[in-house]
Amino acid sequence: MDINDLRSLFTVLALVAFLGIVVWAYSGKRKASFDEAANLAVEDDEPARPEQGAGR
Amino acid sequence: MQSQATYNYKVVRQFAVMTVIWGIVGMLVGVIIAAQLVWPELSVMEYLSYGRLRPLHTNAVIFAFGGCALFATSFYVVQRTCHTSLFAPGLASFIFWAWQLVIVLAALSLPLGFTSGKEYAELEWPIDLLITVIWVAYAIVFFGTIGIRKTPHIYVANWFYGAFIIAVALLHIFNSAAIPVFESGILTPKSYSAYAGVQDAMIQWWYGHNAVGFFLTAAFLGMMYYFVPKQAGRPVYSYRLSVVHFWALIFTYMWAGPHHLHYTALPDWTQSVGMIFSLILLAPSWGGMINGIMTLSGAWHKLRDDPVLKFLITSLSFYGMSTFEGPMMSIKTVNALSHYTDWTVGHVHSGALGWVGMVSIGSMYYLIPRLFGRPEMYSTRLINIHFWLATLGTVLYIAALWISGVMQGLMWRATNADGTLTYAFVESVKASYPFWTIRVVGGVLFLTGMILMAYNMFKTIASGKAVDDAPVLAPAHAH
Repeated sequence: MDINDLRSLFTVLALVAFLGIVVWAYSGKRKASFDEAANLAVEDDEPARPEQGAGR
Repeated sequence: MQSQATYNYKVVRQFAVMTVIWGIVGMLVGVIIAAQLVWPELSVMEYLSYGRLRPLHTNAVIFAFGGCALFATSFYVVQRTCHTSLFAPGLASFIFWAWQLVIVLAALSLPLGFTSGKEYAELEWPIDLLITVIWVAYAIVFFGTIGIRKTPHIYVANWFYGAFIIAVALLHIFNSAAIPVFESGILTPKSYSAYAGVQDAMIQWWYGHNAVGFFLTAAFLGMMYYFVPKQAGRPVYSYRLSVVHFWALIFTYMWAGPHHLHYTALPDWTQSVGMIFSLILLAPSWGGMINGIMTLSGAWHKLRDDPVLKFLITSLSFYGMSTFEGPMMSIKTVNALSHYTDWTVGHVHSGALGWVGMVSIGSMYYLIPRLFGRPEMYSTRLINIHFWLATLGTVLYIAALWISGVMQGLMWRATNADGTLTYAFVESVKASYPFWTIRVVGGVLFLTGMILMAYNMFKTIASGKAVDDAPVLAPAHAH
């Protein structure tokens, strides 16, 4: 196995890792936690406004 | 104890004010060199000649204007979204003063002719070393603040800022690696790149394009992910899209650099890799743009009478436009026409004025009243005028250079039946003058807007009072 095989392998692993992140991000389980994170920005300054969360 | 803690606004305030000041300086130099192209007699002495002022312009707008905007907003955003004051405030103060020193050293050394000749990295080695020290301090303050956060999440804007800090450290170290000529002394520095030949070129454009990707894109996307939801008063359209957006950018940007070296000594396969990754970049770029613009979904009416929101949303439109144009220009056959012409310069300014400039200006208009204890800027009408000056200036600038760029590309490649060139180079220069004049007008409009902004800012400061008692928010609700 020469260095170029390792390089190819790394590229494939990077793609797999990215696809894993996509699946993870769009899994239903993350929704509540992501909504909470999304509200970190807007809930901060002014009195929190009841707007719908970022559930998309 | 928590409730008595206050946010560190001082360093944010210092950087915010200097953003506007350096913006005017950098853009003024831009207008001067644009005018020198139309009226070469304006090049009065060697210190103020085009070749020396041009790197001063790029360094000033990117690292002085853009850099101060990023320091200001990242320090503000990381504190507010982590519900904690800044880690190592003394170090933050050092960063401010040392960064101003770097800017002043750049403004002195570049006109004096000291340059390492690497685009967007012209500063000589002593200044490069100082930048490295500042950057390490920046990483300590930023990641230290994330480390002491009182919230369970790290808000997505901080991910973008964090990636920018790490990537720029890497880029700066590798691209600026050079052998100093110590005999020249530290005050009249001289150095030679650590790389030779095409490797040097590849490292340079690996740096150059990732300076665009991480300094001018990722970091300003961090700004977008905080200030657009803030100004719109609603959370970002899709948080999960923002996560995918982030990782897609991280995985692809690093490989796009070779598109700056099409049809050069760079191996052909490397050029193709660069082109393909640049084409892939369209997807995350547009994902981010859509995420920002759709944050306004259901609240479009706010765009009608809020000029700050206009700045932010228009910046995203320009971001979308230039990130469509960029991948197209990276296609080798398109690049054969566009490279070395004004089209490239127009493309850069559609990103620089339209995206980076406008998102920073919008964010500063959000920040300045909050930092000086005012409900809003001194004059909303002036913000509106600024918005139209900036938009019109940008459109004039890029439209003029599209035309001159395509014209130059076509003239340079035109051949007669016997294979000789149809046009001498100087004929394409002559034909470009009208468009260069329009460019000056566009630049003057954009600069005028910045001057109005400075007036508006100083009026706001005069009627306000520096806020140093903004209470740190209670720890976020932990579910």
